[in-house]
Amino acid sequence: MTALGKLFRATAFRLALAILLLSAVGAGIVLTVIAWEVVSVVDREISQTIDAEAKGLIDAFNTGGLDTLRALIEARKREPNASLYLLTNPIGEPLAGNVQQIPAEVLSHPGFLPIEYRANESGGRDRQALVGVYVLPYGLRLLIGHDLGDRGRIGAVMTRALALSLIFFAVLGALGALFVARRVLQRIDDINTSAHGIMAGDLTRRLPVSGSGDELDRLAEGLNEMLGRIAELMEGLREVSDNIAHDLRTPLTRLRNHAEAALAFGGDAASYRLALEKTIEESDALIKIFNALLLIARAEAGGDVGPPQLVDVGEAARSVAELYEPIAEEEGVALIVRVQGPLTVRGNRELIGQAIANLVDNSLKYGASNRGSDDAEAKPDVVIAAERIGGSIVLTIADRGPGIAPADRARVLDRFVRLEGSRSRPGSGLGLSLAAAVARMHGGSVELEDNEPGLRVRLTLPAADPPALPADLVMNDRNAR
Amino acid sequence: MSDMRILIIEDDRDTAAYLAKAFREAGHVADQANDGLTGYDLALEGAYDVAIVDRMLPKMDGLTLVGSLRSQNNETPVLILSALGQVDDRVKGLRAGGDDYLSKPYAFSELLARVEALARRRPKGAPEETVLRVADLTLDRLSHKVTRRAEEIVLQPREFRLLEYLMQNAGKVVTRTMLLEHVWDYHFDPQTNVIDVHVSRLRAKIDRDFDAPLLSTVRGAGYMIRDGAR
Repeated sequence: MTALGKLFRATAFRLALAILLLSAVGAGIVLTVIAWEVVSVVDREISQTIDAEAKGLIDAFNTGGLDTLRALIEARKREPNASLYLLTNPIGEPLAGNVQQIPAEVLSHPGFLPIEYRANESGGRDRQALVGVYVLPYGLRLLIGHDLGDRGRIGAVMTRALALSLIFFAVLGALGALFVARRVLQRIDDINTSAHGIMAGDLTRRLPVSGSGDELDRLAEGLNEMLGRIAELMEGLREVSDNIAHDLRTPLTRLRNHAEAALAFGGDAASYRLALEKTIEESDALIKIFNALLLIARAEAGGDVGPPQLVDVGEAARSVAELYEPIAEEEGVALIVRVQGPLTVRGNRELIGQAIANLVDNSLKYGASNRGSDDAEAKPDVVIAAERIGGSIVLTIADRGPGIAPADRARVLDRFVRLEGSRSRPGSGLGLSLAAAVARMHGGSVELEDNEPGLRVRLTLPAADPPALPADLVMNDRNAR
Repeated sequence: MSDMRILIIEDDRDTAAYLAKAFREAGHVADQANDGLTGYDLALEGAYDVAIVDRMLPKMDGLTLVGSLRSQNNETPVLILSALGQVDDRVKGLRAGGDDYLSKPYAFSELLARVEALARRRPKGAPEETVLRVADLTLDRLSHKVTRRAEEIVLQPREFRLLEYLMQNAGKVVTRTMLLEHVWDYHFDPQTNVIDVHVSRLRAKIDRDFDAPLLSTVRGAGYMIRDGAR
């Protein structure tokens, strides 16, 4: 496409041309209306003048008779810029005046009308005039006319003004269209160049913003935000794949070693069987890690988790507590649930349940042992509390374990982070990350606090409004089935 | 239970052959179809006890297949298998008319237990049994009373549901995830052995004081309640 072709194809250029056309038509209409108005005003003035003159002549006829009238007409027609006069007898023969060649039927219709006439002196040229025809006694007809040359001149002025303004519009409009189109095209080309650069792999690049705050800027800003989000997600994805590569290598190696060792050292059926069982066990652990990672990645990407349901966090907390209660009892921990009122959020019941389960699981795993040793009063209990605070549903899980040092609190929410002392225990280091990802996905957060002593995990989720809903509207998976 | 007729609709021939062989070894009859259309025709013709349908199939995808079966008033129990791990896949699969859902990769023992649980579901509309019995253990679903040898056993509500589900599937293996799904309505994998602890509590209540245990652990698979368990 040539540069000129591109320019003519530009939306801005076409738009400018369309506006130009519209304004030209508008100007034409305005000028036409003005011309028409002026003409009718002129016509009215002329007819009033004619009427006044006719009145004078008719008065003269009434007092002085035909001869006086003829003399008066003869005198008047000699004046410079004289009006048109014609006096005829009943059969239309001229008795006095300065007009020849008038269409015969003009005289038979009293009143005003425009005619074409030929003046006595101006040999031959037809002119336009507005004439008034009056009927006098004895069937005499008097015609008085005013030349419409003035009116024609006004018309010509108007036409010239119209033509000039159209030319002016055309030039101005074309220049404007060119300017706007070039400017917009330039910007669009810039944006396009950047977009191609980004597509070529430079995700750090952004679209140019002129700073004028116009619609192109707003568009570029919106797209830049989108690019930022994409880059973030890509970064997250890269991080996940790095982590997966790193953290799956160990169990994969172990898996391979088991199989290899069984092959290399041989043995009886029982030892093969044992090796196979271990292999399956390792693969299951791998699959679990893999699923957890995928779930976290999906939750962080805000991906497809289905339509949100109304979930009662209190109910979820109670059912999770009930699920873990026997484990707590085995560990010698009292699992206490304090829930107040309906605590409805909008989200995925399954994920919220899993997040709470992970947190409770952690508290029982790490909070039950190493009980806050220096505080004799501290009971090894885990308290799950949920309440509505403002527009949020806040669920806290507090234990009396060793807690987590402030410096480590943000870090443990990351994937695969396992603090010293916990590595010997079963777990993947993904429980907290999953809970945090689920919270983020629902527009909430997970924070770790000091329970003095122990750890308090605070899960905050935005409450679903209206705050109180009838219990039968609270969907769970079973209703959805 | 044995001798169920199972239809496996799975486009991966290796997997399908492996499943068919494994089901035959478990004492069932298994047929294979490698694409959706063939599977659909087979499912309509043959009176299968269960159909196992892969979600992604050539010619007709799994969900469409199940939907078409249901619109033909074919009520063959369907278990949907999927390699997609989306959170709402289960809901989508069940909405399409599936009766159960299992995501890949799975343990065969899990699949077998679920298929066997599906096969003996009562026909739609049939009245639910109000009293479940296994040997001398009785569970009354109306009065919520559990008795063994005329001796009343007091159970927590959740223990009651656990026992109820086990007794509904008496003589069949019930896996931990099946228990979590049916008793707690959660589909995730709890990190610790929570289900085992619940089951052992239940076992203490129904079996400890009696010489013939009913509730047994099936190694590598799950639990089973039946007359004359070891």
